[in-house]
Amino acid sequence: MTNIKMTVNGKSVSGEVPDETLLSEFLRENLRLTGTHVGCDTSQCGACVVHVNGKALKACTTLAASLEGAEVTTIEGLANGGELHPMQQAFNDNHGLQCGFCTPGMIMTSVDMVNRYKAEGKELTEEAIRDELEGNICRCTGYHNIVKSVEDAAAKM
Amino acid sequence: MKHHTVTKGFTHQNQKHDSAVKQVTGRAEYTDDIAEPAGTLHAYLGVSDVAHAKLNGIDLSKVRDADGVVAVLTADDIPGANDISPTGRNDEPVFPTEKIEFHGQPLFAVIAETRDAARRAAELAEVDCDVLPHAIDPVSARDAGMPLITEPLKLERGDIDKGFATAQNRIKGQVTVGGQDHMYLEGHIAFAVPGEDEDVVVHCSTQHPSEAQHMVAHVLGVPSNAVVVNVRRMGGGFGGKESQMNLFCAVAAIGAKKLGRPVKIRPDRDQDMTATGKRHDFVIDYDIGFDNDGRIEAVSGEFAARCGYSSDLSGPVTDRALFHADNAYFYPHVRLTSRPQKTNTVSNTAFRGFGGPQGVIAAERMIEEIAFALDKDPLDVRKANFYGDGTDGRNLTPYHQSVDDNIIGRVVEELEESSDYRARREGIRAFNAKGGILRRGIALTPVKFGISFTATHYNQAGALIHVYNDGSIHLNHGGTEMGQGLNTKVAQVVAEAFQVDFNRIKITKTTTEKVPNTSATAASSGSDLNGMAALNAAEQIKARLVSFAAESRGVSEDAVSFGPTGISIGTDVVPFDKLVKEAYMARVHLSATGFYKTPDIHWDRAAGKGRPFYYYAYGAACSEVTIDTLTGEYRVERADILHDVGRSLNPALDKGQVEGAFIQGMGWLTTEELWWDDEGRLRTHAPSTYKIPLASDRPREFNVKLADWSENREMTIKRSKAVGEPPFMLGISVFEALSMAVASVADYRICPRLEAPATPERVLLAVERLKAGA
Repeated sequence: MTNIKMTVNGKSVSGEVPDETLLSEFLRENLRLTGTHVGCDTSQCGACVVHVNGKALKACTTLAASLEGAEVTTIEGLANGGELHPMQQAFNDNHGLQCGFCTPGMIMTSVDMVNRYKAEGKELTEEAIRDELEGNICRCTGYHNIVKSVEDAAAKM
Repeated sequence: MKHHTVTKGFTHQNQKHDSAVKQVTGRAEYTDDIAEPAGTLHAYLGVSDVAHAKLNGIDLSKVRDADGVVAVLTADDIPGANDISPTGRNDEPVFPTEKIEFHGQPLFAVIAETRDAARRAAELAEVDCDVLPHAIDPVSARDAGMPLITEPLKLERGDIDKGFATAQNRIKGQVTVGGQDHMYLEGHIAFAVPGEDEDVVVHCSTQHPSEAQHMVAHVLGVPSNAVVVNVRRMGGGFGGKESQMNLFCAVAAIGAKKLGRPVKIRPDRDQDMTATGKRHDFVIDYDIGFDNDGRIEAVSGEFAARCGYSSDLSGPVTDRALFHADNAYFYPHVRLTSRPQKTNTVSNTAFRGFGGPQGVIAAERMIEEIAFALDKDPLDVRKANFYGDGTDGRNLTPYHQSVDDNIIGRVVEELEESSDYRARREGIRAFNAKGGILRRGIALTPVKFGISFTATHYNQAGALIHVYNDGSIHLNHGGTEMGQGLNTKVAQVVAEAFQVDFNRIKITKTTTEKVPNTSATAASSGSDLNGMAALNAAEQIKARLVSFAAESRGVSEDAVSFGPTGISIGTDVVPFDKLVKEAYMARVHLSATGFYKTPDIHWDRAAGKGRPFYYYAYGAACSEVTIDTLTGEYRVERADILHDVGRSLNPALDKGQVEGAFIQGMGWLTTEELWWDDEGRLRTHAPSTYKIPLASDRPREFNVKLADWSENREMTIKRSKAVGEPPFMLGISVFEALSMAVASVADYRICPRLEAPATPERVLLAVERLKAGA
């Protein structure tokens, strides 16, 4: 068992968990933050993406114990109170979702993507969005509205 | 002056998905998100590592002794029937007792304090069995003398011998079409909570709660009224949760009742892919007679399918392949037969299109054969063979239903123009004529898809509406939400019926407690059936409110009408809330169950005749690709789609369905390859080895339009048409475009033997074959 302590969505949290506890399990089971979904268990599908110290990370293959002291943001922590994050708003406005299971991971990856491109001063082209989303699978939408959503949000972020 | 209020959320509007805000904030609840009561246990399946064997016994002592294990469930622990066959054929055990019939077959379940403990323990069983020879594909299984898994179907019309005898040309060929894994992002899951007496509540991810209920009752040996199945939403279904949840629901429920504690089961992705069924792959032999103009005279086809070890839904799936082997084309003389072949593989099941796509692609391959043989543009051959308008004797299908609502001609003409097909095709031929390494192809393919369950009794639905005395509305129906927006569409229908704001309606989880004896949310029928049932319920309550309003104000019922500002009663306008409150005080019944059954359909399977479909949905797609003839790699440059959804209930949701279906259909025919090794083990068992389309795979240019002029000729809900499955087959245009690009290396003289899925490897092989032969 390991004692872990981290900041999740701005709140300090801690817990004693088996060494092999995954971040996705810690978030979902210990903290009941079930917006982080587990789709493939093997970091292929991207449904579990969260931010760790501001960067996108797949929670289903990350050991919780390796994140001692880290700042974690999940989909539940993205909105500013009642106001949706521009990326959440864009997925909502552009029908960038169907079953919604991939949506939290898509949004977390996309926020990181836009932040990185802005920080580096690079242009986020449609081509770049498609390529950046290669670690996030969606089976419903055909990605058309997802790419549109990211473009929309990028203009507002 | 009259004031008009535009109320949002009625039909024919782009109402947002009702769960969208919950989904983008992570608050939408899926089965695995339900808070677990203290004491919840976790189950995991132990599976076979051989494809076919006589089962002598399983030594489970190490499993039972493993850390955290509470119980092991085997066939002996099943209190009722050891059977979860959805069609009642009794050929699909929960756990086998005498023989193992596929690699990865569940043999027992471990129940432990944690999922991790159950998973580890499941590996410790020692299976004693005598391995037997196995056959995993329909051809080798037939050669090995394995039986058909269910009765085949024959569709016949005209005089096939005469048709071939008089045809100017004849071609025989074969096409192999691969299967497909559903790869819903949320895998299978079931969570059973035991209750008093024989009761159990099962939360699960299924398209067919009533069947899950029935199966749980069947394996527990209790009446259906002891079992409740709940589904709030699924993280995708696509047909993969129409019957395949039975196993998981059964295991969770048996465990929960045996141990008196809640039991949850969620296989990991590998087990989800290896232990549950997929789209049927087919080997199709065809024989076509046609004249020098490319008009088909006669078609004979045999459709052999890999059904797996049990019948599951393979009967109706292979039937539907035959129903769609004509696609949009009239066959003057025709004979089509199915071969639902038993194989030593997981039992294949429903998948968007339900066999239809395999029929359609056979039709499109036949068209391509004719076009190459006569050196014609395949689009001209397609047009020459379209069903007629009813005046030319060319509108009878192989199953003797006449096509009375044909609009394929207009759909294709419009798309041909808007996509600039002819000029682009010329440009592509000129590009290819330069003989470069990169080659291009373009294809415009149609789809006609029959709507209704071919099992006629499935075409019924129920709904339940309560109007509470504060004016809020509770809506329930038998359909399930898997992302397609069914709940949104049905709520739009109800909002419009009561002329109230969409947000006044609470959409509630699907549960067998509220609407009984439901059909699967499948066959694209969700809105058609449940929309009508909900409307029926709303109309009943409205009628009671109208009669109360008329009586209370002393006016005739004709003087009462529902409008967006309230109910007009004579010269008064009373807000909805107020009238409801008054009606409650006057003891008016404010709850109703609605019901609907599709009219005018019938099907005589033995005779191969009837009107199995209420109507047809149509569409067309034009796709352009570039291939690299040195590597076989390709990309889709552009796709244009025009699709018919009648008068759309919700154009934004419908376009989303069309886009997603196209990409999924493209994936089926391009990168999604299911591959079994010689041991019968599925080696493409996770997204690491099974490639569904990614954002980067979608067409560089993607133009999707609904045929906004179309209106269903039948009295469907608001004259809309079903949308789930038909656009899936638009992906065939990508396959045929690849075929053209490949054919260019031999100057289009030979129809390429391109098998589906056309992986880059297969494209390269097809190119190499043509080069070698050229």
